[in-house]
Formats: sequence, C-alpha cells, structure tokens
Amino acid sequence: MDDLIIAGEKFSSRLIMGTGGAPSLEVLDQALAASGTELTTVAMRRLDPEARGSVLDVLRRRDIRVLPNTAGCFTAGDAVLTARLAREALGTPWVKLEVIADERTLLPDPIETFDAAERLVADGFVVLPYIGDDPALARRLEQAGCAAVMPLGAPIGSGLGIRNPHNIELIVEAASVPVILDAGIGTASDAALAMELGCDAVLLATAVTRAQRPDLMAAAMRDAVAAGRLARQAGRIPRRRYAEASSPMTP
Amino acid sequence: MDVIVGGGIVGLSIAWRLARSGRPVTVADPAPASGASNAAAGMLAPVSEVTYTEAPLLRLGLAALRRWPSFAAELAVDAGLAGADALDFRTDGTLDVAFGADDLAALDELAAFMEKLDLPVERLTGRECRRLEPMLAPAVRGGLLAPGDAWVDPRRVTAALLAALDRLGVPLVRARVSELLRDDGKVTGVRLTPPDVQAPGVADGGVPREVRAERVILAAGAWSAALAGVPVRPVKGQILRLRSSQPLLGRCVRGTVHGSSVYLVPRGDGELVVGATQEELGFDTRVTAGGLYELLRDARELVPGVTELEVADVVAGLRPGTPDNLPAIGPSGAPGLTLATGHHRGGVLLAPLTTAILLGEEGELAALCSPERFRDIS
Repeated sequence: MDDLIIAGEKFSSRLIMGTGGAPSLEVLDQALAASGTELTTVAMRRLDPEARGSVLDVLRRRDIRVLPNTAGCFTAGDAVLTARLAREALGTPWVKLEVIADERTLLPDPIETFDAAERLVADGFVVLPYIGDDPALARRLEQAGCAAVMPLGAPIGSGLGIRNPHNIELIVEAASVPVILDAGIGTASDAALAMELGCDAVLLATAVTRAQRPDLMAAAMRDAVAAGRLARQAGRIPRRRYAEASSPMTP
Repeated sequence: MDVIVGGGIVGLSIAWRLARSGRPVTVADPAPASGASNAAAGMLAPVSEVTYTEAPLLRLGLAALRRWPSFAAELAVDAGLAGADALDFRTDGTLDVAFGADDLAALDELAAFMEKLDLPVERLTGRECRRLEPMLAPAVRGGLLAPGDAWVDPRRVTAALLAALDRLGVPLVRARVSELLRDDGKVTGVRLTPPDVQAPGVADGGVPREVRAERVILAAGAWSAALAGVPVRPVKGQILRLRSSQPLLGRCVRGTVHGSSVYLVPRGDGELVVGATQEELGFDTRVTAGGLYELLRDARELVPGVTELEVADVVAGLRPGTPDNLPAIGPSGAPGLTLATGHHRGGVLLAPLTTAILLGEEGELAALCSPERFRDIS
C-alpha cells in the first residue's frame, strides 16, 4: 500500500485509531498492535500527560505517534485552550479538532469548529478538524489552512456506517488535503467502503474497543482499509443492469 | 514478622487474617482506611459488572463473592459487632436498567453474553423493574436482575477491621513507607517517614524510622508502583453520598443513560451512594464540577427523586489499575516481598479472596493473579 502523507509526515498505515472505550490497557495494547496503526488519537481532557502507566505509555511502547484531540469541548474557546495545553504537554503541534454541538448526538458544531480552526492554524498548529459530511465546510476548512479534513460517516460510537457516501465522494473530489473518514464505522466493510470512496485514511475506536474480541476486529479493520485502498487504486468496473460474460459464450 | 504496607481494605484484611492465624504482623499507613476504600461504594457485583474480554476477572469475582458471607460474619464477631448486618452486608442483588432503545439493545446483548457464561440473570420488562424499584423513572425500558450480587459498606468494613486488629493487639504504625529496605536483593523491611517533626508542636509520635520484617506485603493500592516495580497506576473515581430519612431503593441499581453508566447503592441508614467517574489523571483527587454534574445528571435520569436528597459527602479516590485490570497477588520475584495490589475497581469485592490466595487456599485462581505476568513490564 502507498504511504499516507499528512502535513509532510509519512505513514505506512492508513488506519488511525482512537483509544476510547477499551475495557483495559492490555486489551487496548493488543488491539493497537493488531491494527498496525502508526497514529492514534487521545482525548486530552481526560488525561494527565505526566502520569505513569497511562494510555500514552502504551502508545510510546508501541512507537505509535500521538494525535491529541479536543474531545469534550463545546466551544472554540475550550478547544483552543485544550489544543494549547496538549501542545505544551506533548510537544506536538498536531491536533484533531473536535468541537461538539450537544451531548446527545455528539455531532460536530460547524461554526465553533471553523472558528477554532482559524485560530489554531494562525497559532501554528497542524489542524485536523472533525466535521459533518458537508463538502462546503470541508472546502472552507481546507482554504483556512487545515492539514486534513475528517468528515463523519455517522455519529460517534453509533456504528451506523457511512450514511451519505455521496457527500463523502464530493468531499474527496474537491479536496487536495487528505480526507479521513472519522466516526460511525461499525465493522470492516464500512472501513473498506470509506477507502473505496476515495478517503485517504479511516479513524475509528468504538468499533474495535467495544467489539467482543477487540484484537480480531482491529486486524479486520487493518485488512479492510488496505483492501479498500487497493480497490480504489485498481478502479472498479462500472455497474451494469445485465450480465456480461467474462469469457466468450460461443466458441 | 510480616509488615503490611497499606491500611486500606486489602491490607487490613490481610493483617486481620494473618494475626488471627497467630502470625505476628504490623501495619504501616499514614492514614488508614482513607484512600480508595473510603471512596468505594462497596458493590459486590461480579455478575452485573461483566464485560467482554474480562472472563478471568469474573472468575475471581464469583469466587470472592462466595467468600463474603463468612468473611463478614467472622469479622463482625472479631470486631465485637452484633452481626454482618452491622457492616450493612446485603445480598438483594443488582438491577441493571436501560433507557433509550440503544441502551436496551446493549442490555440485550449483555444478557446474551451472560447466558453464554451461565450466569444467573433475569431479563425484566420496564414495568417489572419498576415493581421491584418503584422510585425508578417511568422511562425505564427494561432491566437485568443479577439476584446473586451483594454489597457492603466499605467504611464500616475498614472500621471493623481496625477494631478487630486492635482487639488482636496488632500494631498500627501511622507513618508513610518511603522505601523498602533491601539487603543483597532481599527485602528485609521498610523505611518510614515520620510525621513532620519540623512543624512546631508536632511530636514524631514515637514512630520508628525502620521496621524489619521477614516478609513485606505491599498493599499500598495506587501508591504501590513507587515502592516496587509493579505496573499499577491511579484511576480516579469521583463518588457522592446522598442522604434521606427513608431508603429510596431496595437493591443496587445501575444503568446506562444514553451510553453513560452510573450506579446507585442504598444503605440501610438511608444513605445513597452515586458513583463513579473513571479518569486517568495521575494522583489527582480533586472533586470537579464536571464529575459531579455527570453523576447527578445520570442518577436523576434513573431515579428522579434523588434531587430531593441531602448531599452528605463528595470524595475522589484512586483505584489501583493494572494493564489487564486483574490484581497482582503473591510473591513479587524479589525475596521477602509479596504483592497484594492492583485491585482496580474490585478491592472491596476481592479482599477476602486476596487473603485466601496469600494463605494458599486458592491454587488455580492464584495463578491468574500472579505478579509473574508483569515480569517484562516492570
């Protein structure tokens, strides 16, 4: 599989993992190993970066790059503050920007997200914003200087898959920064579909951490992302109404 | 002699059992029974706590629960109490309830998993749940009753353990253990930090600087990693205690409210414990607005009447978490040092089993808890 490049950084895995919902650090560790991920996002509001034995240590041991996120923020102000604390604590300017509109749906707030993105880009951050499947907003965020856009497939933790594949295709078509499908993945075929639609990477957590066998599901996701990427590059055949024999019917 | 480092429910239980069997023991703790044991709700609920990937923990929990009735009864006798009732030891089960359609679907999946594990649970409709617990919100869609689950008041248990130790003449050194004494690789005792003698008017309280021991048993909970190479980390839990004149509930109720979980534990005296957050914030024991908000928000969804109750206590404790959520009990690898730590969310439940493992009464389960498994991490 070809490399994923975000803001000039190369990754050979196109699966980005989240850490939420794992029953134990050991289960998380095994799942991360099986996923083959090289980049994993961590909620900074629920973590002390100085504490020993935390999820950050699990990532360090596996040599997985940390992508701090602003989960739990409801305003641009909270998100900017959280991103700055993360930069100071972890020494990385990368941030997955997540500004939530309400607790019930956990859908991203487009206005607060754009506001925060502008401020963070101006402050030198590498910003990867989590957004709805809105092609117009994706384009505006790219123009504002974001390093990638991360449209959702469906609400966080819902496992509903990609509810609007058409919009994801529109986002991919217009984007010249990486498009990372984030949230909504329920099982391996969802991840493969995201890649077939042309996304550059997939970010998921719950589908793996809350599976009955997280390590198995992580391996399934790794393979699904790779398969979807190859299928996209190979170019699928057009859909036809009627059969077309693959070998001649008459001698 | 054995020195037990840590006077929480685990350390005190071990001290009590060893002293009872005639072994000389000393307990060292700057403030006994004030850490995680003081915060814990005391649910003895291995069945309703079941999750995927944690079958070994379930086995430990079930074995521990079987030991609780006799543990409580004997402790009550040794502490001079009337009976296990004095510890608020109750065996009326746990009711796990669901609200929205999503929570109900998750509950059904959990019920199927429990059935596969042969766990005795009963699937109830919303109205059946409310017949059992009339104070539950009308929006309850369904529930799972784990009739074998029990609970106890950990504060009464640690108070009883301290009383029993006092009656047995076990010395309690109120000082922090700053390090383990080692002699040629063997652990031979502990070094103590006396209370701050520099402060005017404070005596050192006759605290010795060192205690020598044939065996040191480390039961220092979240603080264990600083003393020995064991991968235990603090997992913060905020918990609150409400008070009413009448008990609001007849059994433990836990629930998932739009994906976020909360539990309520009733005490005989009208206290209602609402818990608990799980936060990875190092040694932080601050009670926060957000923590209390989440607990009260979810508790009110479950039982609307909680808003009428008096707030009696808010506290944050530190659970000693290990990478696999299982405790580390047994010889440490260093001669002279035995571990009894890493009990995470199950310290109260697992205390009687921990003592049994250390006394050699549980061969097969002891293997699950062996500190050996952390050999390459520590």
